[in-house]
Amino acid sequence: MGLATSVLRSRTLAALTSPHGVDRYLELVNPMWAAHEVRARVVDVHREVDVPGHPPVATITLQPTSTWRGHRAGQHVQVGVEIDGARRTTRVFTISSPDSRPGDRFTITLRANPEGLVSRYLVGRARPGTMVHLSQAQGEFVLPDAVPERILFISGGSGITPVMSMLRSLQRRTHRGHVTFLHYAQSPEHQIFAAELDEVRRSGHGIDVTLLHPELGDPALSPAYLERHVPGYRDVPTWACGPAPLIEAVKGAYADSPALRLEYFKPPKVAGSDAAEGDVVFSRSGAAGANTGDTLLDQAEALGLTPESGCRMGICFSCVSRKSEGTVRNVLTGEESSLPDEEIRICVSAPVGDCTVDL
Amino acid sequence: MTATQHAAPDTAATTDAPESTASIFGRLTPEQLESFGEEMDAIRQRVLADLGEADATYIRNVVKAQRAFEIAGRALFYLPPAWPLAVASLSVSKILDNMEIGHNVMHGQYDWMGDPGLSSRMYEWDNVCPSEQWKYSHNYIHHTYTNILGKDRDIGYGILRMDEDQPWHPYYLGNPLYAFLLMVFFEWGVAMHDLEVENLVAGKRRIEDNKALHAGIMRKVKRQAVKDYLLFPALTGPLFPLTFAGNATANLVRNVWAFNIIFCGHFPAGVATFSQEECEDESRGQWYFRQLLGSANITGGKLFHLMTGNLSHQIEHHLFPDLPARRYPEVAEEVRDICERYELPYNTGPLGKQLFSVARKICRFALPDRKREDAVAPESETTLAA
Repeated sequence: MGLATSVLRSRTLAALTSPHGVDRYLELVNPMWAAHEVRARVVDVHREVDVPGHPPVATITLQPTSTWRGHRAGQHVQVGVEIDGARRTTRVFTISSPDSRPGDRFTITLRANPEGLVSRYLVGRARPGTMVHLSQAQGEFVLPDAVPERILFISGGSGITPVMSMLRSLQRRTHRGHVTFLHYAQSPEHQIFAAELDEVRRSGHGIDVTLLHPELGDPALSPAYLERHVPGYRDVPTWACGPAPLIEAVKGAYADSPALRLEYFKPPKVAGSDAAEGDVVFSRSGAAGANTGDTLLDQAEALGLTPESGCRMGICFSCVSRKSEGTVRNVLTGEESSLPDEEIRICVSAPVGDCTVDL
Repeated sequence: MTATQHAAPDTAATTDAPESTASIFGRLTPEQLESFGEEMDAIRQRVLADLGEADATYIRNVVKAQRAFEIAGRALFYLPPAWPLAVASLSVSKILDNMEIGHNVMHGQYDWMGDPGLSSRMYEWDNVCPSEQWKYSHNYIHHTYTNILGKDRDIGYGILRMDEDQPWHPYYLGNPLYAFLLMVFFEWGVAMHDLEVENLVAGKRRIEDNKALHAGIMRKVKRQAVKDYLLFPALTGPLFPLTFAGNATANLVRNVWAFNIIFCGHFPAGVATFSQEECEDESRGQWYFRQLLGSANITGGKLFHLMTGNLSHQIEHHLFPDLPARRYPEVAEEVRDICERYELPYNTGPLGKQLFSVARKICRFALPDRKREDAVAPESETTLAA
């Protein structure tokens, strides 16, 4: 930690800038200055795949503030963007570049999901110079410090991103063992990182890359296929990442093998409209029940919880809570919202379908 | 509001009480109340749907201006001849921070931006009152039960007699003095508001109930005091006493200004108060109606509105406490238009007039109300009985 950082994080400066904190002043001078928060400037936006009629995929290079503590290959990061210069919206994206040290540049690779405000913004509208807000790197889906000799990666679709970060890290660490990489994609045209994978395959540094397109007749994932491709696969340290059906197949094939490490890419559930269906889960307390259609505050209280609340009419904001999943309808406006990790006033929000609230 | 509750105002309307809430409530039929509420809801929806970059840019610019005044003020203390300028700059900073930024941000007016720096849950203001406690007593108690006697603790703040329905007591002879002291020490009064000292005295609240609050207040007081009365004065070395005095003056200026603006919000003549009975099972329309009758505006220019945190539009603020305050002037035109159509009072006037009216009230209620001493009791009884 340099002298400047020590000063910026000192208790004296915190006392002098109380109650707002150092960062609230630094950001006004230069958005790349920070003592605690993490932000980044977009350095480059590179289109990876742009098939007409399909959402484009881009790799975005980010220069983080010096507060970035670095990441381990396989981790993800929360990225917040200001949509239309006003509404900050945050989503999680996997880092595609190899391990980074504090303050190092890194990349995220993402598909512009037609429903995704943030991914569409990043792929379509971010330009070099655009500022984004970051968390520190998160996630346990990482390579261990002592890398095993034999490694199997299995990924599907966008699940290739963390695996790519790991592959790149292994190459940089000059890993001498044997790596097998199985990737499932829709079609060769949709292949992200196609050129790089080709390069890896041909250079023959002990990395065996197989791209599979089951929709075009390639074998789907099965124990038999795995056994043929990687004999004794159940004992090979394996990292698998992809959409739910692929992960379910992998889990089935590995039974309870401790060699398997998983990461889901959850598909968002689409909720129905008016009818009260689904379940409401209050994750912190563990309380849960069938959705009655009442406001979340009423439902929480009916389940014996006593969340903080005040006016019960949406004006005092005492009851603001974090909804981690699901759709809610504002009972005053009728407006529905499906954003994950959203701050809502539970006194005027009724769930539409399944809903999870951090209470 | 039910029909039976409505019968009361009609019978009471013949008495000679121009400010009586009973007669004012009777001005609208239940149907009118409902459509009045719908019109207010429509304004709210329209503004909510229109929120965007202009609102975000506005509040960010106010924050930038506030920080600039703050830094300039702190820096100018190094130049002793610029002392008045330093105090003025720091005073402006504190007023902007507390009013246009702090008060409004803590109402959740900018929560839709998703910016933690402007979030009602995170924002802490440059004031000795902890934001957590403020949000309870202000956003919840005051804004939900506005001007309901016995519920809204902002009627006289538990210190003053500001309404004829607060029974007189010789203690209230000191009304003008208490008001003066509250003005000078306003931020401290606000910080202690949640302790409900008047209820402690009355035995309705136990000292243990305040234990959790004490810690929060002390923490905030310590931070504010260390900053304004120790660190920044110390940083100016030999000028310590001057900087100390300057910071104290800036806090005083903010106290006096905030007190005066806020007292013009609910205490000028003509503002109605309500009994708990008449507000039972209140409809949305009636709630809006009560907010309108229970608040008063101050006229002035753009800069004046900014420096009051747009509390010069107290009526619009009480109707729409979670809409960004910069929208109140535009909303006010529609609200006035609606009030004209429904023939409802819209209490507004220049600062001088409103302040004079408040001062008169403070002095008048210091004394027992001779004129109405006999009339009040039976009238309120008829209201209750009905």
